[in-house]
Amino acid sequence: MVTFAPAPAATIERRERQPLLSLSGVAKRFDTTRHITVALHDIDLEMAHGEFVCVVGPSGCGKTTLLNIVAGLEKVDSGEASFAGRPIRRPGPERVVVFQENALFPWLNVRANVELGLKIKGLNRRERRSLVDRYLDLVNLRRFEKAFIHELSGGMKQRVQLARALAVEPQMLLMDEPFAALDAQTRDILQEELQEIWQRTGATILFITHNVREAVILADRVLVMTPQPGTFKREFVVDIPHPRSFDSPHVVELAADVRAELQHEVFVASGEDGRRGH
Amino acid sequence: MATDVLEVALPSRLRRTIDGSTDLIFKILRIGLFYVGLILVWHLVASAGIWEDYQLPPPADVWDSLRRSWENGRLQDAIQTSMERLVIGFAISFVIGIAIGAAMGSFKYVDETVGSLVLGCQSLPSVCWLPLALLWFGLSEQAIIFVVLMGSVGSIAISARDGVRSIPPLLKRAGRTLGANPLQMLRYVILPGMIPSMVQGLKLGWSFAWRSLMAAELLYVSGGLGFLLQFGRELNNISQVVAVMLVIVAIGVAVDRVIFGRLDQWVRERWGLT
Repeated sequence: MVTFAPAPAATIERRERQPLLSLSGVAKRFDTTRHITVALHDIDLEMAHGEFVCVVGPSGCGKTTLLNIVAGLEKVDSGEASFAGRPIRRPGPERVVVFQENALFPWLNVRANVELGLKIKGLNRRERRSLVDRYLDLVNLRRFEKAFIHELSGGMKQRVQLARALAVEPQMLLMDEPFAALDAQTRDILQEELQEIWQRTGATILFITHNVREAVILADRVLVMTPQPGTFKREFVVDIPHPRSFDSPHVVELAADVRAELQHEVFVASGEDGRRGH
Repeated sequence: MATDVLEVALPSRLRRTIDGSTDLIFKILRIGLFYVGLILVWHLVASAGIWEDYQLPPPADVWDSLRRSWENGRLQDAIQTSMERLVIGFAISFVIGIAIGAAMGSFKYVDETVGSLVLGCQSLPSVCWLPLALLWFGLSEQAIIFVVLMGSVGSIAISARDGVRSIPPLLKRAGRTLGANPLQMLRYVILPGMIPSMVQGLKLGWSFAWRSLMAAELLYVSGGLGFLLQFGRELNNISQVVAVMLVIVAIGVAVDRVIFGRLDQWVRERWGLT
């Protein structure tokens, strides 16, 4: 149904290196009593070390399912998903997820939340302390290390989640619309912070969002995903230097392109071609 | 940006404490007044001569009896014996109850089978186990601890089951994605996550344990507060009976307030429930 746009040269070049993440022909169905939903169909994706890839798409297009498959929280129905050369079977600390909702443990304070992954890893007290300090500093939350989770604002909670994920030093960070539930101002600040953190840590990030501008600001590559069945429609390579500001003309221009692609597909999918009023 | 949330939260928490302590003083005064009145009424009724002293002892006699048992050390011995049994019995049922309850919450089959058994046993007053316990364990501490265990294990198990079920799936996913193996999930996510919905169940289990112990001690004579009460009855020393009753109430209330009150407050603070 969907034809793939030819991959840009930069992508081809990357594919010649050993990919960290490799999905090929991945498909996933959800069977309910009423009908079968094809969540993902024929998904191919390769990511190299240090890459920042954003998947944008409307809600229900299967992008979260895709992330869950990479996380090992869901299994593929067909196709192959492998990480660092090995098939993905279960969740693991080399692929930590930052969730959209507050996924912090309410019985632990900020510091203990960040520390938990390191306890699970079996690090000793001294190693844990220095890592927790480092990542709390990175997200500017050292002052609030003793605070309980319910005392934090939405933005602070997401920063704690980010610190908790970064602290276990995963090979890949999986972010599932982490800023979607935040107010616009907080989201802007966190996007800026994440750019900075990515540049400082060199993390490999797979980032899911429905916010086109966010995708263009953050990513090296933006993959446009379309629903029913969830497939990649087109890939955009973003070679605008960091730090990117959301009102820079390059960002605005590219965002418009991505949005046009996305809207076209959404309208075609919902059978409302021609009427694009909003 | 969001930092102001905490800066507002801290002083307001302090303010709440100050308001709370004046409230508390008035509350204690009100409650104290009620009990002073109650003792006065009790005294008046007892001295009106409607009932004989051996039917309704006046408060002064009860107080004397209490002091006498304290001075000759029998009361402390009895309290110690009872508390030891209670703590051991409750600790065992805490461990077993959480294990059974966690299994019930995690596996549907266990819930359908063991769960129905637990519910069934809940309708049996645990002192009914005493004859069997005496057969199995003889006239021993084990028998009485068994009765305490049977009294409290059910409500702990049921609350543990609800606790496991109430843990948000998102937190379990978060634990797994941080790399926790099943044992680590249990230790770092499931067990702590169960706590808020277990507070009431533990409290209930504790009070069942306390009642079962008293019932068992009344029937099966060997030390403890229940025995002291029964001993008073046999000597027709009704002030001792009432004195021991008061001690039983006092211990029950104290444990409820001090231990479970603190647990409850800790949960409220951590989870932000008010």
